[in-house]
Amino acid sequence: MALPALKPNTAIQVVGLGKKYRIGGIIDRNKTLRDSLGSITRSRVRALRARQRGGTRSRREDNTFWALRDVSFEVERGEVLGVIGRNGAGKSTLLKVLTRIMPPDEGYARIRGRVGSLLEVGTGFHGELTGRENIYLNGAILGMHRYEIDRKFDEIVEFAGVARFIDTPVKRYSSGMYLRLAFSVAAHLEPEILLVDEVLAVGDAEFQKKCLGKMGDVAGEGRTVLFVSHNMDAVRQLCQSALWLERGGIQALDPVGDVIKAYLADTALNRTADIFPVMDRRYGIGIEDLRLTLAADPVSGALDLRVELDVHADAALPRIGIGFGLMTDTGARVVHLDERLTDFVFDMQPGSNHFLLECSAVDRLLAAGDYIVSVWLAMPNVGNLVEIDRAATIHIPGVDFYGSGHYVDVHKHGPLLFPLQIRRAEPARPAE
Amino acid sequence: MSVREHTSAPGSEIAPGEQITLIKPLRGWVSLGLDEVWRYRELLFFFIWRDIKVRYKQTLLGAAWAILQPLFTMVVFSIFFGRLAKIPSDGIPYPIFSYAGLLPWTFFATGLTNGANSVVRDANLVKRVYFPRLITPISAVVGGLPDFFLAFLVLIGMMIYYGLFPTAASLLLLPLCLLLALTTSMGVGLWLSALNAEYRDVRYVVPFLTQFWMYATPVVYPSSLLDEPWRTLYGLNPMVSVVEGFRWSLLGQGETVPLMFALSAVASLALLVSGAFFFRRMERRFADVV
Repeated sequence: MALPALKPNTAIQVVGLGKKYRIGGIIDRNKTLRDSLGSITRSRVRALRARQRGGTRSRREDNTFWALRDVSFEVERGEVLGVIGRNGAGKSTLLKVLTRIMPPDEGYARIRGRVGSLLEVGTGFHGELTGRENIYLNGAILGMHRYEIDRKFDEIVEFAGVARFIDTPVKRYSSGMYLRLAFSVAAHLEPEILLVDEVLAVGDAEFQKKCLGKMGDVAGEGRTVLFVSHNMDAVRQLCQSALWLERGGIQALDPVGDVIKAYLADTALNRTADIFPVMDRRYGIGIEDLRLTLAADPVSGALDLRVELDVHADAALPRIGIGFGLMTDTGARVVHLDERLTDFVFDMQPGSNHFLLECSAVDRLLAAGDYIVSVWLAMPNVGNLVEIDRAATIHIPGVDFYGSGHYVDVHKHGPLLFPLQIRRAEPARPAE
Repeated sequence: MSVREHTSAPGSEIAPGEQITLIKPLRGWVSLGLDEVWRYRELLFFFIWRDIKVRYKQTLLGAAWAILQPLFTMVVFSIFFGRLAKIPSDGIPYPIFSYAGLLPWTFFATGLTNGANSVVRDANLVKRVYFPRLITPISAVVGGLPDFFLAFLVLIGMMIYYGLFPTAASLLLLPLCLLLALTTSMGVGLWLSALNAEYRDVRYVVPFLTQFWMYATPVVYPSSLLDEPWRTLYGLNPMVSVVEGFRWSLLGQGETVPLMFALSAVASLALLVSGAFFFRRMERRFADVV
């Protein structure tokens, strides 16, 4: 293939990249799941654009599903690019193509230098092998040479904090230790280009901080990073610019602040009509409709949140969990109530099932600001079946909670109205 | 600046910043990419090492299993086929006759089975990390060699016991036979592992396949039971030459038919080459289907 020479400052060049999946035929969890999720994100804007382009963006042609299409962009050396988008928008597919895990079906990409990926930490770890053995095996899998691993061995062990257990089989590690070791190996790979997918979701808060720091170091050393994440705060902190993927195409590629703002402002449910029903074809269950209201209680004046949820099941399905989540408009998690935590588990009858999710006086719980609501159906031990990621944005007005004349603002003070009281404690008088 | 297609391997001598990887769609038949397999040889070594290291973990008898399996099979065969059915054995005591056949056979059958399961077993890796996929079945088959050498020790013991010794010249055939067993095992392993990724039926077929194949190979009986030209044609099954070659080179008994051997070599190479190309054609879908 005769291609124009790559500009010396370009680390990644992606031209008209496309990747399709076959749907139907083989029963594949991912495909059907992706399929159902894909339909959530349909938006009028995209549909309009598709029509302008003569319908080339149509997602489905003869049982194929384009997870990625017409994607072109360039990343300069030393740039840290955030990749954001809803589930099923094509973020992971993009990374899988760029790491050569799967070949594209259209277009091409050129990459300068060694690529390291943290697509999933702990890949290739073997439970029967010791920490030491796994460091070498995992390092080799990630493309490190033996001498490189020798050189960085102590550093890896120290970063992971598992020195005492280094000759213990990792199956006896706690999950935290396991993840720390896995991340540590991957983090010491030192590739020219690092592709990261949501690793920050792992480990405890302390370790996440450490990981963010490590990623910051990598970026600071002038390496190129592609960072896929749902964590807007992390993206904002680490990246200069962001790529917003929507239904397999590029929605925006601009400075990080602008993209995140636009992404969060774009809530799917303001365009309710065309996204429902959202079905999971494997189990024949889905969300038919969802209506959200935030209304003042006539007596107390407090705002009550009500979500009416219509679930459709093709056949009777026992034990389906209903989950509910809230995040701030910058993407920070406020609550994430899954069925394991809440035990909101219901037996679905064939046909329509109606549910009412209620929380009264939310404005007495949450600080002023915009919150994004998500709702999902899950099956215990299987995982989420249907997810409406960003069902709606609710606006909580300011409340003078502390009686100081000031509103509690989510971005300045955190999302919680915290009933703290401070009073002077009288010194105890000696008993007479 | 050099542009290489599909090369982001470690071990390249090009200055890191200058190495450019081109990622583009793959269609139809593609080259085997053996140069890249070579560049990833360290990983190949690590995979083999992992397989060997992990194989007998948390077993009471450990590596003794490598010896016990063919040994017990030999005992059972000697009782049923040797004693009761009185199957001829070219004038060699039946126990060593069958053991000399079982030894390469076990290596072949284990390699085939492990090879067939390799891609599915490493699904986690295949879905998440890039490396030349050929490494997976290759390491699975080659990883059976230590077991083979362990079981070989028993054969040496039996040779001393029965007083059967090879000549130096006939011993030269032994590595060739082992190589033939390796290529055949890998050829079939490549076919089956690629098919297994897409159709899990393969894992149910493998036990039958190895069983039928064993009876289609002169493990429990000598190939001299067949008349020519059928005996030579029998060499289309490469394992026939492997097993007969083993007996001839080690025990100095039986006879080799050069034409049969040539036929086997051709058949085995055909399996290997076609298997490798088929694998390369299928591998682009592995990440989707495993």
